[in-house]
Amino acid sequence: MDFSLSEEQQLLKDSITQFVDKDYLFDVRQKNIKSELGYSSDFWKTFADLGWLGMPFSEADGGYDGGPIDLMVIMESLGRGLVVEPYIPNVVLAGGLISRLGNEEQKTNFLPKIISGEIQMSLAFAEPQSRFNLSDVITTAKKDGENYILDGYKAVVMNGPSSDTLIVVARTSGTQLDEKGLSLFLVDPSAKGVSLRNYSNVDGSKASEVTLEGVEVSTSSLLGDEGNIYSVLEEVIDLATLAISAEAVGIMEKMNEITLEYTKTREQFGETLSSFQALQHRMVDTFMAYEQTKSLLLMCAAKLTDKADDATKAVSALKYQVGIAAKQVGEESVQLHGGMGVTDETNIGHFFKRLTTIRAIFGNTDYHLKRYSAL
Amino acid sequence: MNLSFSEEDLSFQNEVRSFIADNYPADIKNKMDNGIPLSKEDILTWQRILSKKGWFAVNWPEEYGGTGWTVTQKHIFQNELASANTPTLVPFGVSMCGPVIYSFGTQEQKDKFLPGIINNDVWWCQGYSEPGSGSDLASLKTKAVKDGDHYIVNGTKTWTTMAQHADWIFCLVRTETTDIKQQGISFLLIDMKTPGVEVKPIITIDGSHEVNMVYLDNVKVPVENLIGEEGAGWNIAKFLLAHERTGIGGIPALKREIRRLREITSELPLGEGFLKDDELFMDKLNKLEIDLLAAEYSELRTLASMSKGGHPGPESSILKIKGTDLQQGLSDLFVEAIGYYAHPFMSEEDLASNEGRIGPDFAANVMPHYLNYRKVSIYGGSNEIQRNVIAKAVLGI
Repeated sequence: MDFSLSEEQQLLKDSITQFVDKDYLFDVRQKNIKSELGYSSDFWKTFADLGWLGMPFSEADGGYDGGPIDLMVIMESLGRGLVVEPYIPNVVLAGGLISRLGNEEQKTNFLPKIISGEIQMSLAFAEPQSRFNLSDVITTAKKDGENYILDGYKAVVMNGPSSDTLIVVARTSGTQLDEKGLSLFLVDPSAKGVSLRNYSNVDGSKASEVTLEGVEVSTSSLLGDEGNIYSVLEEVIDLATLAISAEAVGIMEKMNEITLEYTKTREQFGETLSSFQALQHRMVDTFMAYEQTKSLLLMCAAKLTDKADDATKAVSALKYQVGIAAKQVGEESVQLHGGMGVTDETNIGHFFKRLTTIRAIFGNTDYHLKRYSAL
Repeated sequence: MNLSFSEEDLSFQNEVRSFIADNYPADIKNKMDNGIPLSKEDILTWQRILSKKGWFAVNWPEEYGGTGWTVTQKHIFQNELASANTPTLVPFGVSMCGPVIYSFGTQEQKDKFLPGIINNDVWWCQGYSEPGSGSDLASLKTKAVKDGDHYIVNGTKTWTTMAQHADWIFCLVRTETTDIKQQGISFLLIDMKTPGVEVKPIITIDGSHEVNMVYLDNVKVPVENLIGEEGAGWNIAKFLLAHERTGIGGIPALKREIRRLREITSELPLGEGFLKDDELFMDKLNKLEIDLLAAEYSELRTLASMSKGGHPGPESSILKIKGTDLQQGLSDLFVEAIGYYAHPFMSEEDLASNEGRIGPDFAANVMPHYLNYRKVSIYGGSNEIQRNVIAKAVLGI
């Protein structure tokens, strides 16, 4: 039983931590999220140069053969820096699907460009009615000779505005909730019939509502077997759930540090806030909430690495716990900051906003508790 | 990072499992499975079975009779013991006094006391709390005044668990009154047969006799029973409390109990189906199970880091809070599960009789257990005190 990181993983962690502490300054981030792109393409280039974008891919695909633990290390460290650059949409979701399902041509077309940071991609999976149910898909893809015709609507597509290629989940057969009959398509957002309504999320990230009206794509745009991709989609979303949970754990660790530091310096009634026992105990509770979540994160990363039978169940246990702890740590951090916690100029509120959106991404506590119970 | 069991670990698990299957006495198992209180002899019988195998003082250094097991092996061992529903080991000797003696005692003291603990010839109890000193333990007033080669001890200890069975008591006593109350405390071992030692039962709300008052009236204790230096007892007290807190979470037993509760949900009729069809109840059970999983891995992280460097630190306070929260939460869910049949009160005699239980078999212990378990967030340093410890030692406030 060994919880320690390997030498390589420790180096990876140190390198991201150093980047976050030295270069990813809060002011710079705030300026970047207000830009049209919504993040820094220079930073993205840095991620590529330092090898972070290639981590989960096999050596054959041009990557570094990293596993779930490496992904956890990356996302936890990025979380501490409140990094907004779209790692999960590109590397974990799009990259994860293409490396698992793509034919040689598709892999050659996309993977090197994801790894070098030259291309931006998104996975359009959710729909207004689906909430977190991956198999709830109304969007259709109908075979028409050598083409498919796509019709439907995709909701809150992460990284949509920057996307050079969308991966769209559409139904080629079956009824609305069937797992069978779902297919994946590589879609050019500038193709005829595709329209994007782009916007910012409260956490500073960008997203799109995507409408598909009679969009024609060739059969070569089909990613994976027609009607038979659900288990891989679920596997990739599980990995992304680990990734975003790791981000949340990094955020919570940082928020606890910031809040503790604040209460040690802020004085009221002639004493520092940290001298009040009522506040001390609440900070102990948020610290424990973080620790509990970190424990499940490590467990989950290990189970995914071992491909354990109960790995999927572990993912839902983790995301449930993330949801519970994120609410507690997030809300308490703001409360302990008093009025400063609700101002735009203080960093804690921005950590809070990202942590709050993470509660719902890839499934909220109710969804994951139900999934855990059913597994 | 690697959290999976190796081949050696798995074969160790089999070894432990078959040892328990072959050696766990059927009459004790029957009592445990049916919630019939164990006698002192039952407890000693089981502990001696483990002693004989060399599996009793598992956490001790090998030179004193410990196992030298890895963290994973200890984890497996605790889980197997709990999973088979074997009696909980009485901690006062093996987990508390023993580590104090081998860490702070003289060679003579080690030779005199450690064999009695490891062979289960001597039953220890803990003389810490006093009527006026609960959470504020350092305010204790039991006095030990030196008189030649003896101390004369006067005072009252309380909440002394199983003192009615004990041969010896380890006590915190005041050997000096100073401005700083943590100073002047000493760690003293007292033979319960010494004249002036009197034990009186305290009956708790579940109807059981578990804890006692221990009165010390001019008790004459040889100076060689002092552990460590005179006046240095507070550090020993803290060392011991940290040891006490690690196991206090009782995670392995919780895993067994939650498994049992899940089974019960399929056995207990509810309308035309079973309790497991009640989604609101099952939600609570599943939430608790996830919380337990997190606590289990928190404990493993602590054990893994302890295996690299010495003694448990303030992390044990986190395990104490989480573990006891879970123990209370689960005991409450058991009560909820059986509805009205939590209410009939069965005395120890009723439980042991052949007359048959009222309601489902397991029901008789559910409410007493819930009531008894109010103690867990109070003892071993209340959970509020644990939060103070974490605030100071971990958060650096």
